[in-house]
Amino acid sequence: MIETKIEIAEKKHRSTIGFWLYLMTDSLLFASLFAVYIVLKDGIASGPEAKDIIVMPLVLTETILLLASSLTCGLALLSFKFKKIRQAVVFLALTYALGVAFLTIELTEFSTLIADGHGWQHSAFLSAFFVLVATHGAHIAVGLLWLLVLIIVLARKGLTSKLERQFTLFGLFWHFLDLVWIFIFSIVYLGGLL
Amino acid sequence: MWGRLSLDALPDDIVTIGGVVLGAVALLLVVGLLTYFKKWRWLWKNYLTSLDPKKIGIMYIVVAVIMLLRGLADVAMLRAQQAVFATMESSPISADLFQQVFSAHGTIMIFFVAMGVLFGIINLILPLQIGSRDVAFPLLNSISFWLFAAGMVLINLSLAVGEFSTAGWLAYPPLSTLEYSPGTGIDYWIWALQIAGIGTTLSGVNFIATILTMRRKGMTLMKMPIFVWSILGSMALVVFAFPILTATLGLLTLDRTLDTNFFTSTLGGNPMMYINMIWAWGHPEVYILILPAFGIFSEIVPIFARKKLFGYASMVIAIIAITILSFTVWLHHFFTMGAGANVNAFFGIMTMIIAVPTGVKVFNWLFTMYRGRISFTNPMLWFMGFVATFTLGGLTGVMLAVPGIDFQMHNTLFLVAHFHNMIIGGVLFGAFAALEYWFPKFTGFKLHEGLGKIAFWNWIVGFMLAFIPLYILGMMGAARRLDSYDPSLGWQGLFVVAGIGVVVILLGVFFQVVQVAYSVWKRKELAVGPDPWDGRTLEWATPTPIPEYNFAKMTPVTSRDEFWELKRKKVDISKPGTYEAIKVPKNTPLGIWVAAAAFLVGFGIIWYMWWLALLGFVLTVGLIIYITLREDTEETLSAAKIKSIEDKAWGRA
Repeated sequence: MIETKIEIAEKKHRSTIGFWLYLMTDSLLFASLFAVYIVLKDGIASGPEAKDIIVMPLVLTETILLLASSLTCGLALLSFKFKKIRQAVVFLALTYALGVAFLTIELTEFSTLIADGHGWQHSAFLSAFFVLVATHGAHIAVGLLWLLVLIIVLARKGLTSKLERQFTLFGLFWHFLDLVWIFIFSIVYLGGLL
Repeated sequence: MWGRLSLDALPDDIVTIGGVVLGAVALLLVVGLLTYFKKWRWLWKNYLTSLDPKKIGIMYIVVAVIMLLRGLADVAMLRAQQAVFATMESSPISADLFQQVFSAHGTIMIFFVAMGVLFGIINLILPLQIGSRDVAFPLLNSISFWLFAAGMVLINLSLAVGEFSTAGWLAYPPLSTLEYSPGTGIDYWIWALQIAGIGTTLSGVNFIATILTMRRKGMTLMKMPIFVWSILGSMALVVFAFPILTATLGLLTLDRTLDTNFFTSTLGGNPMMYINMIWAWGHPEVYILILPAFGIFSEIVPIFARKKLFGYASMVIAIIAITILSFTVWLHHFFTMGAGANVNAFFGIMTMIIAVPTGVKVFNWLFTMYRGRISFTNPMLWFMGFVATFTLGGLTGVMLAVPGIDFQMHNTLFLVAHFHNMIIGGVLFGAFAALEYWFPKFTGFKLHEGLGKIAFWNWIVGFMLAFIPLYILGMMGAARRLDSYDPSLGWQGLFVVAGIGVVVILLGVFFQVVQVAYSVWKRKELAVGPDPWDGRTLEWATPTPIPEYNFAKMTPVTSRDEFWELKRKKVDISKPGTYEAIKVPKNTPLGIWVAAAAFLVGFGIIWYMWWLALLGFVLTVGLIIYITLREDTEETLSAAKIKSIEDKAWGRA
């Protein structure tokens, strides 16, 4: 079906506003989990507290990886704007790789904790820690799946107006997750070291 | 393979079996009738797979009405127990069943009746009032409805397979933790709410986007009908509050299945955290329900007083004030928690302050009526019934806002009477007024006046009989959710009066059913034109039945009461003009599939059938990917086709 320029612009406007509203609901979800974490972080029940389980070099690496992926994501969107599709794909692939690296480190962190006997079952603090960080991680996983699908469709069909819209929304989502991570980094990790 | 599901999950007490049989018979009857009249294809094509908000709205209301009957059956059992069996040696309703029934009553009435009716009315009216052809995201709207329906199926399934929660409509821990409620009841409650709640969040996003981006050209924010403003406020609350519910239910699920310690009493967990969170959602929820009712009355009063709405700007400010303030009062639900005098004082004062904008609205309606030419039609009767009952409920609410009084009244029947005053007198009466008012727009005939009046008086009298005794009982110290008490307390007389009240309300419902049935039967005599009440807003500027695309011509709007102004200027909206082609979304069953997949996730987790939950999850993800990529979602109605539809609709053929 042929879409007029006005229709394309209207759809983009509508889906962008809708997506911002969705991000607002997601912020509230994270806000609830942050509130839970702050209230329960002292409920350590003779288990470890935050500073006993944080491995700062790893967390710092995660942070740098995620920030870098936000940069490459932004560069990819810019490349689309200038119709440099090939360049965009390179940046998207980089974004994907950085995201996977982030997630790998996070999962390693989790499995080490569990292996050390610091699983989520052992105290309210550990429950809150795992669920907050893992919810962010799950969002990253969703983002990676979404990105993979978009790249495959891009390779097969080229950049349609619909796909362009989706990439814009993906960009919003990815930057949003970066922002949430900054809060996790500041409140959970930096706050935990104090 | 089957997790903890076995034949033991089937009910064994006579009351539950009766309920299941009744439900099964009703279901078979519907299936039989549809088959006999060969209506399956019609149902599938015109309703189940339709993305037209008018059709989706009707499906919401049908579900809500069925659930209303179930909720009423529940309450009949509760009142029978308290009025008759409570003082006896044995009762057909066991203590465990009694707890399941009051939990189901509260959950069903709020989530599947009040919310269902609300979203039904929004779907029917909102796109029309803003002069739009559709909502912002039609498929998302269908998905929201089907998620709501999936939640409804789960909550009713718990009657036949397994059990329902015994922990009240908000399932406070520690009672709702695995340790004290090891059965499937709480899990049913969680997943019915979780699935329906996600649908609600998506609806909130959809309707805000609709209001912000789909208004007719020229309709600035301050030219929107007050109903639209009230929906904007209500949906803003949905978007801010429902994610908190999602998080809370998610954490409770983790506590029950993955052994986390959020709300346990041991290992550092904090049950009060749950109560804070559930009310941080729960109090805004009350305003999510009541704001649209305010909007409905703001449409009805000017029509039947034949005057412009008094104080439009102050109405808008009041809506915004309520929207914001409703997030600052949640702690008044548990003053007795012991947060300290200063915290309690703050929330007590905020609670009294939020009554102010509500009072502003009541006075605005009364001033609209003042010196108007009032006609006492049924919608207007419901409005006046609302003012009386709602004001009474508001006053007792302000009483409860005083922490000192609340310590005395906490969790007594006084509280039960108060919130029923607000929700029946506010939300339900609003819904009934809306039904009477907008019914002819969608059907082409009015509801019978006389039968409606009889129903109204039954409701009002029944309501007072049912709830005034509860206020008195509450002050005498009767706790809520009592299944037995000592006869020497002298409460039985008042409980009997309350029980009689329920019977009178049931009579009111009976007359409403008769009213609708009789009106359908006599539809030729009750037939009216597209604008039966001399309407002011754009929904009346369409032919009846309303075409799928609502408006053929998108003439810019110039004033608040646009249709009223057009009529004053003698503009003939039925005059044929030049038509353009219109794109409408194609029907699709995707909403049903998404909800079915979500249902599998819920059912799998409830019964510990992890493979089923995983399957449902994979299906959900797959469907979402498919939805984001699918193309060719619209079809074009050509200008010639539009012309023929319009000619027929306006009787020009």
